[in-house]
Amino acid sequence: MAINFIHPEFEIIREEKRCIKCRACERQCANEVHSYDQEFDCMESDESKCVDCQRCVSLCPTRALKIRKTDNRYRENANWQQQAMEEIFRQADTGGVLLSSMGTPKDYPNYWDKILINASQVTNPPIDPLREPMETKVFLGKKLNKLEFDENGELLSEIPPQIELEMPIMFSAMSYGSISENAHKSLARAATELGTCYNTGEGGLNQDLYKYGANTIVQVASGRFGVHKDYLNAGAAIEIKMGQGAKPGIGGHLPGRKILEKVSRTRMIPVGVDAISPAPHHDIYSIEDLRQLIFSLKEATNYEKPVIVKIAAVHNVAAIASGIARSGADIIAIDGFRGGTGAAPTRIRDNVGIPIELALAAVDQRLRDEKIRNDVSIVIGGSIRSSADVVKAIALGADAVYIGTAALLALGCHLCRTCHTGKCNWGIATQREDLVKRLNPDIGAKRLANLVSAWNHEIMEMMGGMGINSIEALKGNRLMLRGIGMSAKELEIFGISHAGE
Amino acid sequence: MLKKEGEIRIPSGCAISGIINRSGQCSINGSEIVKSISYMHDRSNGLGGGFAGYGIYPEYADQYAFHVFYDDMSAREETERYLDRTFEMVNLSRIPTRKHPRIKNEPQIWRYFVNPIFTVLQEDQDEIDEKKFIVETVFYINTYIKGAYIFSSGKNMGVFKAVGFPEDVGEFYRLEEYDGYSWTAHGRYPTNTPGWWGGAHPFALLDYSIVHNGEISSYDANRRFIEMFDYKCTLQTDTEVITYIIDYLNRKQGLNFEDIAKIIAAPFWEEIERLPEAEAKRIKLFRNTFASLLITGPFSIILGFDGGLMALNDRLKLRSMVVGEKDNIVYLASEECAIRGICPDIENVWAPQGGEPIIIRVGK
Amino acid sequence: MKRVYVNEEWCLGCHLCEIQCAFANSGEADMVKAFNNSEQKPLARITVEDGENDIHFAVSCRHCETPYCVKGCITGALTVNENGIVQIDDTRCVGCRTCILMCPYGCLTVGHNKTLLKCELCVENLGGEPSCVRRCPNNAIVFEDRDGGLL
Ligand code: SF4
Ligand code: SF4
Ligand code: SF4
Ligand code: SF4
Repeated sequence: MAINFIHPEFEIIREEKRCIKCRACERQCANEVHSYDQEFDCMESDESKCVDCQRCVSLCPTRALKIRKTDNRYRENANWQQQAMEEIFRQADTGGVLLSSMGTPKDYPNYWDKILINASQVTNPPIDPLREPMETKVFLGKKLNKLEFDENGELLSEIPPQIELEMPIMFSAMSYGSISENAHKSLARAATELGTCYNTGEGGLNQDLYKYGANTIVQVASGRFGVHKDYLNAGAAIEIKMGQGAKPGIGGHLPGRKILEKVSRTRMIPVGVDAISPAPHHDIYSIEDLRQLIFSLKEATNYEKPVIVKIAAVHNVAAIASGIARSGADIIAIDGFRGGTGAAPTRIRDNVGIPIELALAAVDQRLRDEKIRNDVSIVIGGSIRSSADVVKAIALGADAVYIGTAALLALGCHLCRTCHTGKCNWGIATQREDLVKRLNPDIGAKRLANLVSAWNHEIMEMMGGMGINSIEALKGNRLMLRGIGMSAKELEIFGISHAGE
Repeated sequence: MLKKEGEIRIPSGCAISGIINRSGQCSINGSEIVKSISYMHDRSNGLGGGFAGYGIYPEYADQYAFHVFYDDMSAREETERYLDRTFEMVNLSRIPTRKHPRIKNEPQIWRYFVNPIFTVLQEDQDEIDEKKFIVETVFYINTYIKGAYIFSSGKNMGVFKAVGFPEDVGEFYRLEEYDGYSWTAHGRYPTNTPGWWGGAHPFALLDYSIVHNGEISSYDANRRFIEMFDYKCTLQTDTEVITYIIDYLNRKQGLNFEDIAKIIAAPFWEEIERLPEAEAKRIKLFRNTFASLLITGPFSIILGFDGGLMALNDRLKLRSMVVGEKDNIVYLASEECAIRGICPDIENVWAPQGGEPIIIRVGK
Repeated sequence: MKRVYVNEEWCLGCHLCEIQCAFANSGEADMVKAFNNSEQKPLARITVEDGENDIHFAVSCRHCETPYCVKGCITGALTVNENGIVQIDDTRCVGCRTCILMCPYGCLTVGHNKTLLKCELCVENLGGEPSCVRRCPNNAIVFEDRDGGLL
């Protein structure tokens, strides 16, 4: 056998005194790390298989377990860090492209953490959200530029196709296939309860979930999986996925082992066959082609649904967004490079694209400079971690945000980032029935609803502090933001002043 | 060095007051409004006061009256040269003032009654839109001619403002020499200012003038939206952006003041739900279309326009405002004393609800 | 009456309900002590059956309306209390196991002292509410008042 160059990444710390040998850890670890030794009446572990998903830790009834990063170290080297070396070992072993899941874990600047929010003192009063109405309803889609009246002053204009949300937070696209049916159900039910939307992702829509259509965004991606007329008409809006923040310029690949009966029916592809989404849409090679797709989707849905175009935040994002705004899209969704994914080539995930904060600031300003900001709504995603991030995003100019990773965390995900193995111990990113079952949608939906309504309360509190009682007065209100520790150039892009100014 | 308006945003508290004769008779002497605002002396701090009078220029009722501050001769020469190209000057003069012990550092203050020259207009513009042309001229001069600032540009109306307490400003401008059908006044309490005359209020564009008390929290949302429609918020004041919003909704969108009030101080969604269906639909469409023109945070404003006044509070009524009536005259003020002081036998005094516009049109 | 119901669709077969049950009825305040410090491991009154194809479900006393176990008990050790809970008085139980044979659900067992061990809905232990239900990670057992009793 060849030498294994890589020492296991984690250590399983089991406090023997506490372990009651209930074997729950053994039963719950799909990676088969734990086992029971009859002879010695004790639990054993094979840490080389552990991915640090924390399932066993969470379920151990006596809290006897801990997973720790191994302290085994290569000789220190600031340039050749352990991870870089191990990636080399891995590639030397397999000859393959490195794959990863979820958003990049690299330490790039996080601009949300360099932006501070304002509050009222003396010259105007804060508003108490518990006593006064505090409005977070938003409408996504094209807004009218001119109202038409008849000779009696009665309005002739109608609101164009839009999505109405009770709060500026939606669940971002995660396909059935990449995540489980129960995860989808949890999202659909929570979105319905909250008055917001979840997004099917590119995997089509499971028949059982058509009843949540009013709170569903149906996605059309380059693979066109599961797209048909009823599907397009089932949702509140249609999203054309041009790109994804975690892997701009790359398509998708759902391995055949995840394509079981139900997924195959929903995706309209054979069982066991890899589902490959090409990098480009093969009918979109330029902006005019995008326009044609937008209008064919509108045609297919009788011009009743707003169309979202989702792109990854790349260097030229402002110009691209402007092109999209002019090609008939009603909403632009921008996904930043910290956004999650079920599987992406590691090098792309960690090196391609730009932070969503900068992309948002640039796009919002560009659309205003071109006087077309009213023609589209902007939805951003790519690592929104808290209600404060939401408030900052809205104040920079977003209409709403997408949360993906945060939603999965609410469902139990612990960011072990091994979604691509299909063995998610939390029943989220897996199709294995015994694992899928671990996510009871009754619990999942409740936890998601809890999370988002908690955020919404916090948003209201922050708005109240600023003396704002409606989210529309926060949108684009950059005066409410200050930068901290940013360069002049960064402040210029954000269109904000430095703290203290 | 302290920055002046336009270089930094300066919050301020204020006193406002307004008087209008419903019949439209120019029966109200400028001294009345000066007296009214003087009762609220404590709501100003001497760093800005001003007035707007309507119906005060009957002999030049058809000309645009430009009131201009100049820092120096060259600003005036350049402005006049610019105006000469496209306007016929019917009359030009310094605005009469009197020396006042508490009004200092006055700029040169000039007044022009002008007609746009249509042949020039036609050459320059694809489409003749006189008001648009006036607005562009005002923006051009205020932005590009250093030391020149047009602070009043309507017809048969005028703004008079300065750094000082409002009653002193009124005396300085000899307002007792003007009679109008309506007046508004403003006393300012900025928290920080180097005292620039242009930064005093009312703020005016065409015949819209605004006096405002409050500090709006939606400022930058409003500003960044309205700037998409060729407005430039150079002063960074609430009053400026509110004026532009009203100009946009009234002149460009053709909405009446009742509807404008429903946009800038929109009813809450929970109130909208309780309205009759047609009305609910209408307001929903307004809020939807003009979402970014919702003004939040405390404000009370009096808008002067050709033929009327509108008073409006923010929807939570976070700033005081009272209305009183006596015969044909309607009084509006931040505090009741400002009404009772000039009309001791006032009848019918009430405080309008938050978001409830009080609109008085002459001849109605 | 509120009873423990099983949603086998969500049962993971983690057997944690058993552990919680045994602990709740052990009289110990600390789980580690309950399991590691006594001569005999505490026994559960709920049993998780693991079937083919990943079917798991937890079995505990149903607290039937007309309980056969009570009918069959030869010493009167089993009774139905005023709340409808089927209770065992182990000072009277002689360990004959007639009840075990009578129970159509097969949810009775014997304890270390050879007398009957059965679920009493945690009324007399530390839990107060069924410990198994409270700690089930996936709502696979619930404590609910559903229309219509059992048997
Ligand atoms: S993979 Fe997860 S469940 Fe398995 S040992 Fe590691 S942390 Fe525990
Ligand atoms: S779950 Fe905890 S107590 Fe049970 S066997 Fe594993 S480590 Fe021991
Ligand atoms: S604790 Fe719940 S999920 Fe686990 S075995 Fe018992 S009933 Fe099933
Ligand atoms: S209710 Fe209590 S006694 Fe009955 S099975 Fe559950 S934990 Fe055990």
